[in-house]
Amino acid sequence: MRKDERGFIVKRGFILLCVLALVLSLGGTVLADNVIKIGAIYPFTGPMAGTAQMLKNGVLMAVDIINNKHDFDFLFADTEGIPSLNGAKIEVIFADSAGDPKTGMSEAERLITSEGVVALVGCYQSSVTKTASQAAERYGIPFVNGDSSSPQLTERNFKWFFRSDPHDGLYVRQQFEHLVELEKQTGESLRRIGLVYENTETGSNVAKATEELAKEFGFELVEKIAYTTGATNLSSESTRLMASKPDVVMMGAYISDQILFAKTFKTMRFAPKVWHNTGAPGEPDFIDSLKGDANYLFLRQGFCADQVENKPVLVEVLQRFRDKFGHEMMADAVRSFHAPIVLADAINRAGSTEPEAIRQALLETDIPGKYCLSPWEGIKFDPETHQNIYGKYIICQIQEETFYTVFPSAFATRGPVFPFPAWEDR
Amino acid sequence: MNVGLVQALLSGLLMGFVYSLIALGLSLIYGVMDVVNFAHGEFLMLGMFLAYWFSVLFRLDPLISIFIIIPLLFVVGVGVYKGLIKRILNGTRISQILTTFGLSVFMANMAMFLWTPNYRLAERTLTRATGDLPIFGVHVGIPEVIASLGSIIVFALAYYLIRFTRTGRAIQATSIDSEGARLVGINIDNIYAITFGLGISCVGAAGVLLATFYYIFPYVGTFFSMIAFATVALGGFGSVEGSFVAGILIGIIESLGGFFISPAVKYAIVFMTYMVVIILRPATGLFGW
Repeated sequence: MRKDERGFIVKRGFILLCVLALVLSLGGTVLADNVIKIGAIYPFTGPMAGTAQMLKNGVLMAVDIINNKHDFDFLFADTEGIPSLNGAKIEVIFADSAGDPKTGMSEAERLITSEGVVALVGCYQSSVTKTASQAAERYGIPFVNGDSSSPQLTERNFKWFFRSDPHDGLYVRQQFEHLVELEKQTGESLRRIGLVYENTETGSNVAKATEELAKEFGFELVEKIAYTTGATNLSSESTRLMASKPDVVMMGAYISDQILFAKTFKTMRFAPKVWHNTGAPGEPDFIDSLKGDANYLFLRQGFCADQVENKPVLVEVLQRFRDKFGHEMMADAVRSFHAPIVLADAINRAGSTEPEAIRQALLETDIPGKYCLSPWEGIKFDPETHQNIYGKYIICQIQEETFYTVFPSAFATRGPVFPFPAWEDR
Repeated sequence: MNVGLVQALLSGLLMGFVYSLIALGLSLIYGVMDVVNFAHGEFLMLGMFLAYWFSVLFRLDPLISIFIIIPLLFVVGVGVYKGLIKRILNGTRISQILTTFGLSVFMANMAMFLWTPNYRLAERTLTRATGDLPIFGVHVGIPEVIASLGSIIVFALAYYLIRFTRTGRAIQATSIDSEGARLVGINIDNIYAITFGLGISCVGAAGVLLATFYYIFPYVGTFFSMIAFATVALGGFGSVEGSFVAGILIGIIESLGGFFISPAVKYAIVFMTYMVVIILRPATGLFGW
């Protein structure tokens, strides 16, 4: 190829590129006028990557309902985009925290300052949500959290932080209410509590709440064991627990340790009357890996698939989720689903994307229970703490390798199996 | 109390044998090649995942597939040596550390990419090798008993190979003085490849045995490799006998410490014991030379 010929091609290419860039930027600005950006921070890399994908799909499901027309009764289902802003579409910009509080915070700052998001959602791990919401507080940008459970988050009385999900403190209270109800139903005493928890922030907070509420409800804490998560061997923990002869074991454990505890209990033939877990074995791989040995454990859930019986809208959303993503909508996706809906509702009522206007609208949020996928009476924020005052968990029991809601009775689809059967009889 | 003591002692002892086998591979590779393999825990993870996939795809119990996985991991070990470790043998210490550390990050993330971060348990088809045994009034899991017996057997085989065969003598000679070994006509490169393969087979075998009762996920190796480092340092880097005794010691210290003092500090006690030994016998551990 001759030199001037090559120059010609380069020149022509350059002009073409310029034209293309011009068209794109024009198109961009036209689009940008009718787009509302929301930032979402999740741990997309690292050991929680699988969970993060589930959380992301929950957010995308909500955005799909907001942005497109759907033929069932739900908020924003019969409109496209935000009605009061001429149908402006919600666009979510996802960022990766890698599960690290520092990264979470800097990503929050980046989303606010260079991406220009009007609000934030996320970040799953309470420690990350804590720092990312500090950034939002500093810049004065609304942060709606649907997927972190540390009680502390809403005890800070932040001006810009709102939480739709219930928190661990509330759950422990429900746990004790459940025990009292079990005592009434069965006439057996369940007063001796053995508490086991992992010794980082989440577990320790659960333990603190359990200790306080045990006193309030008149239960006796006969053993209290902190363990190291990821331990290679949990037999000394289990031996001590067994020696204290508790009626009830309350455990704040991650799924991995919970699997090992179940195996160790089985080997030692340790079967307390009730085994309760506060941690994460609501994830599907818990039952997948343990199979029948997972049965009869009680655990908290923000959502359980058997709730479709109580809530017609669930059938619609779960089906659309399955069609869109090719897998079931699990509890974590349900949790992250609520935050964009809450935000879209507030932006719509505010009729503006000004932070202060959105914040005022958030304070007046009153979403009826029929538009919540979780079994709540609705979403309404406490004026001081900004915690959803209707936020509640349900207690499920694993029976026949499936989760069934057993408490509160208003949502129960099955009765509990009590007491926890001896390992050799199952 | 007595029952608790017996339970703690027994489960500590059983786990200790597995720790010994995990430590053996690490100690061997260091003793002969002077390379600290930071990817050791990831090879354990690889052994566990292989056991899992054999159990799911071919319905082979880990206790059967172990006979396939040990030679397989030997080949993998030789391959990793030829492709990677060989190139850094004459490099600086820092480049060796970065390479094996990088390998560990790569393996854990590759496992996560290929097999998702989900937790799994291997499927057991040999149902007779599950359940539990009553011993001295307490119950211990049959898989745990088999895992510790299996660890002893593999350890004994490796020990025999190193101490009493021609190849083993060549490995020992290389470990003592690689230049001298080269002078008497030992092919150092082959010895290194065999040693690395042997080390990886040992830790992989421990992984397969663990997979009979322990949960499996991409980062499962992290905690085990921390214990392995403490074990090797306690027993003396490079000492085969040291690994054996130190593994058992650590298993028992962990279990009894957790039972008598508090489970929250059981690993603190393990690492404290290790630090005391390091202070008293800094260069050699309990058995090193």
